[in-house]
Amino acid sequence: MEFFRIKNDIPFMKHALVFNIISLVTFVLAVLFLLTRGLNLSVEFTGGTLVELNYAEAPQVQLIRDALGEGGYPDAQVQNFGSARDILIRLPNRDGLDSNRVSAQVTEMLAKIDGPKGELRRVEFVGPQVGKELAADGGMALLLVVIGIMIYLALRFEWRFAISAIIANLHDVIIILGFFAFFQWEFSLAVLAAVLAVLGYSVNESVVVFDRVRETFKKKRAMSTPDVLNHAITSTISRTVITHGSTQVMVLSMLLFGGETLYYFALALTIGICFGIYSSVLVASPLVMWLGVSREQFIQPKKTKEEAVV
Amino acid sequence: MNRYPLWKNLLIGLVLIFGFIYTLPNFYGEVPAVQVSSGKATLKLDAAQMEARVAEILDTAKLPHTGIFSDANSVRARFATTDLQLQGKDAIERALNPDARDPSYVVALNLLSASPSWLTSIGALPMYLGLDLRGGVHFLLEVDMDGALTKRMDATAGDLRTLMRDKDVRHSGIRRDGNAVEIRFRDATVREAGRQAILGSTTDLQLVDRDDGDQALLIATLTPPAAKTLQEFALKQNITTLHNRINELGVAEPVIQQQGANRIVVQLPGVQDVAKAKDILGRTATLEVRMVDDTPGRLEEALAGRVPFGTELYTERGSQPLLVKKQVVLTGDRLTDAQPGFDGQTHEPAVHLTLDAAGARIFRDITRENVGKRMAILLVEKGKGEVITAPVIRTEIAGGRVQISGRMTTTEAADVALLLRAGSLAAPMEIIEERTVGPSLGAENIEKGFNSTLWGFVAIAVFMIAYYTLFGLVSVVALSANLLLLVALLSLLQATLTLPGIAAIALTLGMAIDANVLINERIREELRNGSSPQAAITAGYDRAFDTILDSNVTTLIAGIALLVFGSGPVRGFAVVHCLGIMTSMFSAILVSRALVNLIYGRRRKVAALSIGQVWKPSER
Repeated sequence: MEFFRIKNDIPFMKHALVFNIISLVTFVLAVLFLLTRGLNLSVEFTGGTLVELNYAEAPQVQLIRDALGEGGYPDAQVQNFGSARDILIRLPNRDGLDSNRVSAQVTEMLAKIDGPKGELRRVEFVGPQVGKELAADGGMALLLVVIGIMIYLALRFEWRFAISAIIANLHDVIIILGFFAFFQWEFSLAVLAAVLAVLGYSVNESVVVFDRVRETFKKKRAMSTPDVLNHAITSTISRTVITHGSTQVMVLSMLLFGGETLYYFALALTIGICFGIYSSVLVASPLVMWLGVSREQFIQPKKTKEEAVV
Repeated sequence: MNRYPLWKNLLIGLVLIFGFIYTLPNFYGEVPAVQVSSGKATLKLDAAQMEARVAEILDTAKLPHTGIFSDANSVRARFATTDLQLQGKDAIERALNPDARDPSYVVALNLLSASPSWLTSIGALPMYLGLDLRGGVHFLLEVDMDGALTKRMDATAGDLRTLMRDKDVRHSGIRRDGNAVEIRFRDATVREAGRQAILGSTTDLQLVDRDDGDQALLIATLTPPAAKTLQEFALKQNITTLHNRINELGVAEPVIQQQGANRIVVQLPGVQDVAKAKDILGRTATLEVRMVDDTPGRLEEALAGRVPFGTELYTERGSQPLLVKKQVVLTGDRLTDAQPGFDGQTHEPAVHLTLDAAGARIFRDITRENVGKRMAILLVEKGKGEVITAPVIRTEIAGGRVQISGRMTTTEAADVALLLRAGSLAAPMEIIEERTVGPSLGAENIEKGFNSTLWGFVAIAVFMIAYYTLFGLVSVVALSANLLLLVALLSLLQATLTLPGIAAIALTLGMAIDANVLINERIREELRNGSSPQAAITAGYDRAFDTILDSNVTTLIAGIALLVFGSGPVRGFAVVHCLGIMTSMFSAILVSRALVNLIYGRRRKVAALSIGQVWKPSER
């Protein structure tokens, strides 16, 4: 089997502008959604209480809502979670609320409702101070990744590569966030982990292409810069697709078998992987070209031999 | 020729055997066990002795067990079935705690790894599962350091009052204002005398002058090092207290750890009753000082069953019976510190207590009136008292600095000091995070995580073998080696495995195949360009190496950032992710190369490589 039977290098660079415009439009849309809709942050970030219950028979959500409303929690959000028999209750933190008692009170109120009794599956309470810290830590982690990767790429390749790789991959991150804002999917700590993992992973992709670019520059002296980039992308495309395919298979498996907890994690990875291929190959490479990469930057100047007569 | 030197093959073999051994305990599953640990702050468990005792109890009850193990704080007996486990628990409970209302030991049901003891003895344990996989409660508590500081400054204000009186320095008022103590003097000369007195008695305070009208003020605050010591002390004491209380819950493996400067993590696996857990965490045990009734004949009377009015019968540590008056002289609130140390003159081990001003006054009066008599210090928990120590009063003690010495070893002194401090929390605490996971959800999470990994792995394996044939198989073997080593490392390090951690295992496998794809594609490319099979293998591995290194380093950078800044689920993910990157480098490059070398390297002439179809542009 051989999927990719490419005779000549594909002229990717000819369409570089188109790719970048597509990218830019998606990016702008993502930013727009982020600004207008905002992220649907999970309890971990906002603080509050979350109670998950499992019932033997599907309970009536409205009854639970009414019971909680009467019990002093009119702001409780009650929804089905995964199946009709699973219920998720969210209670925001409020001033003057004894947060230590919330989960106990909620369980008590639910026990009074007629009909099927639920089994407590999970309670999560996050105080307001923790949420803020988590958000700050997330931001710091992102910053550290960006700086670390840029330094590494600049040392190992060239500053042009570092800049284009980071631009291309940060735009992936924004696009993932844009998706989460548009669909109002829940943005939890696990999703944050996925986003950062994607950042490391898709830079990876750019590295493979850049590696080829460097090698081609050194080997083929007659090629122009766009041709070198085309050649590098074409000769790695088979690997790109197969690798990402494999990773995606794993992620798909998580999406199918991982249940609710891993669902959004896997979803973020899926978006990240798809846009990762696109951006790190078709956005980063033209950026490198426009930043003015050329052969001279990779050829080491010949050392003049110094001879001394003893 | 593609051959690895013998040492390299041996090394790879050894690493894989090591990986296999340390992965092994995960396959044995768990067996029911009964765990015995100390249930009282005043009781220390002697593991060896208890091991023998438990064995004896089980023998007498004719209950077969499959081994008794012990660590520093507990003894565990394994049983073949849950039935035997329950019977065993009852038997041990009856024998160790004759008085069911006042248990000395915590006898809890637990699960132990069923792996053979030789594995356990080399430190090969199953992976440590997080709460989201095994079920239980997680609390994050924040210690209110301001509260601790306020408490301390209140005590300081009292101390300063006593000090000024002792040194005959006239002041016109001492009060606490926020976290500072304000002392008023008539004029600057008296203030100077006051300053000298304070500086002569303590180094913990820093003093600032301020004038208010015609009065001279001295503002005392804690020096930064003293404040820091105070905070560390408060946190340590709270952790000790929590330990003692959690013992009551009968949790098999509680985790109580400091997190950051002012937080404590409490994890109680298997606990479902959150309300009770919270109740116990929030409760305070108290310390009481009472007088011992040493009137001749009274103790004998009490031992005979007729306890005289107004007294109670206790046993001192070391099982000496003691008659203690019911009237409480002093409570633990008055105690500000207790530290082990040595007697200034005799150099005997001693415990140094510090009382606040009010406590010091009471103590002085009591000791003056009762020289030669004994006093008892009791720790009251769950409404039951326990005599920690009952020293003889030798002289009048003023100034609030009390020393208990005599008939004590250094360890005992440390224990007593710890117990005295354990009475109450040094500073109030607040729960700022709580997570409860039911046991069914935990089991489900394991299953889900396992299934995702399994099916993803199978899909990748099928594809790789179909696409790259023999080289695909080599890649799959390398990927399995990666999984093996990763699980072995996680087991060896006893890193907490959570559901995001399992996700990281799956993701790492999905990413690790990248290295093998890179290598295989490179080999195909070399073949396409007309290299001989052996040269293609060498070139393929060598050229792919740089790329693999670069891409793994960038992924690792992201992983480390997550590790540094992540908490909770993110950390669980990051640990596995980082470890997985390391193992994948090893297995994708070395293991797969060793296999390829074994298959092709020895042959002089290789006609073709089994790496799937290699399409050449010249063919049509």
